[in-house]
Amino acid sequence: MTALPARRRPGRVRSAQTRMAWILLIPFLVVFVAMFLVPLGYSFYVSLFSSQLVGGTVFAGLGNYARALQDPSFWGGLGRVALFLLVQVPIMLIAATFFALALDSGRVRGGKVVRLLIFLPYAVPSVVATLMWGYLYGRDFGLITQLFQLVGLPSPNLLSSSTILGSTMNIVCWSFIGYNMIILYAALRSIPTELYEAAEIDGAGQFRVAWSVKLPAIRPALLLTVIFSIIGSFQLFNEPNLLANIAPNAVGTDFSPNLYAFNLAFKNQDINYAAAIAFLLGLVIAIISFVVQSATNRKERQA
Amino acid sequence: MLTRRQATITMGGMAVSAMLALSGCAPSVGGATGGASASAAAVSQADIDKAMDTATTLTVWSWVPNLQNQVDLFEKKYPKIKVNLVNTTGGAQHYPKLRSALKAGKGIPDVAQVEMQFIPSFVQTKSLADLTPYGAADQKSGYVDWVWNQVAVNGKVWAVPQDSGPLGSLYRKDIFDKAGVTEAPKTWDDFAAAAKLVKDKTDSYITNLPGNDVGQMYGFFWQAGAKPFSYDGNKTVGIDLDSADTQKVVDYWQKLISDDLVSVDPDFTDEYYQGLSRDKYASWQVAAWGPIFLQGTAKNTSGKWRAGTIPQWSEGENVSGNWGGSTDAVMEASQNKIAAYEFSKFINTDSEAALRLATEQFLFPTTTAILEDPEFVDQKSEFYGGQQVNKFFAGVSDTVDKDFQWLPFMDYVGSSYGETLGKAIADKGDLRAALTTWQSQVTAYAKQQGFTVK
Repeated sequence: MTALPARRRPGRVRSAQTRMAWILLIPFLVVFVAMFLVPLGYSFYVSLFSSQLVGGTVFAGLGNYARALQDPSFWGGLGRVALFLLVQVPIMLIAATFFALALDSGRVRGGKVVRLLIFLPYAVPSVVATLMWGYLYGRDFGLITQLFQLVGLPSPNLLSSSTILGSTMNIVCWSFIGYNMIILYAALRSIPTELYEAAEIDGAGQFRVAWSVKLPAIRPALLLTVIFSIIGSFQLFNEPNLLANIAPNAVGTDFSPNLYAFNLAFKNQDINYAAAIAFLLGLVIAIISFVVQSATNRKERQA
Repeated sequence: MLTRRQATITMGGMAVSAMLALSGCAPSVGGATGGASASAAAVSQADIDKAMDTATTLTVWSWVPNLQNQVDLFEKKYPKIKVNLVNTTGGAQHYPKLRSALKAGKGIPDVAQVEMQFIPSFVQTKSLADLTPYGAADQKSGYVDWVWNQVAVNGKVWAVPQDSGPLGSLYRKDIFDKAGVTEAPKTWDDFAAAAKLVKDKTDSYITNLPGNDVGQMYGFFWQAGAKPFSYDGNKTVGIDLDSADTQKVVDYWQKLISDDLVSVDPDFTDEYYQGLSRDKYASWQVAAWGPIFLQGTAKNTSGKWRAGTIPQWSEGENVSGNWGGSTDAVMEASQNKIAAYEFSKFINTDSEAALRLATEQFLFPTTTAILEDPEFVDQKSEFYGGQQVNKFFAGVSDTVDKDFQWLPFMDYVGSSYGETLGKAIADKGDLRAALTTWQSQVTAYAKQQGFTVK
């Protein structure tokens, strides 16, 4: 049965179509190979060597990888971003979903303005956002400190080594709630209205509709935001790198694996080891993304 | 000089500048002039004259503001030579870019600004030209001794000194008066006593000890007579960060920190500048480039500051250290070494060029000629209540300990500091333990990089 349609279509046309498809893909493939595969391959190649200031570069096989697996800095950074993932991502996505649902319900007055305001922080470059928050966090003259002093409370040090992770989470939440909200809101708008009518006839209230109709319908979009957030968390770099200027001792050179790789390459001049760290990090992200995706897919199939 | 401040602003631009360097901007245009081979034979005056009269383009990497002024003077004197000046904006961008170019073997400048503490790292990679064949050794008498020792090692001269940072102490006379500290503390013991008075009687701290500023810590070590680093120019390094002298320094600050008599804010941040102008700190132990910097940062406190010597470890002594300072080095890969050296020498020793570096660009001078030039030393500063601050620091320059050396991997030593001793300072933790960790981290790195640690 499956062979039938293929027999109906003459082979010549099919191969012409295939050829055309490849031709149309060429621009993408060229960029993909030149800008992605080649650098990737090169950095893997680089990661197989070890170089010393004295003695030069020698082939090290997987030595750099073995070293990374025993490196407390690498694991420490990985643990930190994992904690970041577990705490920050749920907060951010729940808030984004809540806002999206609220706006979609059409009960918010001035919905368009509110939508824009929530989205606005995403339009602020993360560099600017971090610097701005850095000023707000300031220990002596920052706005938050001054507010605390105004009401006569002891002000927290938001830039100490114990609080800096939370401060970073706050900045990332602030920047990305709006972005995720827009994705979810768009998904909500594309739900066919018949479903709502049906729910209404069945006597479902707003909350019931949200829970039983809307949320299941935007599952793919939610999954997308989850995957993006996982990747984003593991690649944490800009915020700690900039906070390192404002709170130099609170953010270590190994705060996140990405920052660690960067510092290894440019401060320790250990480019080979940095390449290995970057590669391992990529592997970890790929595995976790894959696990999350396949876990949710399985659930979907069961449902 | 500005060096250090800019170096702290380590931004993500590094990777980009490294890429730029790899893609090979500014290749040095090879002239037919001398220095083609690295022969150690001395260059004759005739060779020099010929080189300086041959059409040549020099590429110079520096982050000194407005260096074009000096370039113009040079080009006026040597019209055949064109200088392609590249402003690399600061150490944080400069070194990764330079190292990438050196590694790639192309796009290497003829002359590059190099801070004193980074000279050994480029000597180790054999990237710098020995300047003795070009007559550099003859310049010794023109420089302050300790400065010369920074560039001249084992009979070789690796760079032309540009600016320096002898340590002094800038203090708020008004706050000291209010606290009943009638004269600037002469010894560190006096300083600790004054710290208590300032804390009790005013809203200020006597000073701030930043945990992010390894440069200042080197300066304190230097002043205390510590010799934490040594390097033989080849494979052997000495690392002695946990010695009696360095312990003396950290124990002293430990006490002040534990008693909450000094603050531990990171320096060169926005909060820090606010602290300076809002009376949070009553003094700043800073290099000779500090006065001008402070003047620009805390304008509203004009007239309230004075410059004094850094407190001494023993009464009656007068010893200082150094914080910052840079040089101009000729790259081994340069095809125009004669002209490159002459350029470096010109901008730093020609009477007009060097004086303007000191009075317009505020680089604290390294040559005795400028340190004695009335146009420089007789300047009075309103900000410091009419004091002749330059004259004061010129005096300090003579008291800097002469034998401080560096390791060929100061980047690592600095970043390790931020996670050991620096972190302990910021967290008000155990400084002595952190000092030990710092020593062991640096030693481990040296071994891992193939050095012999003696």
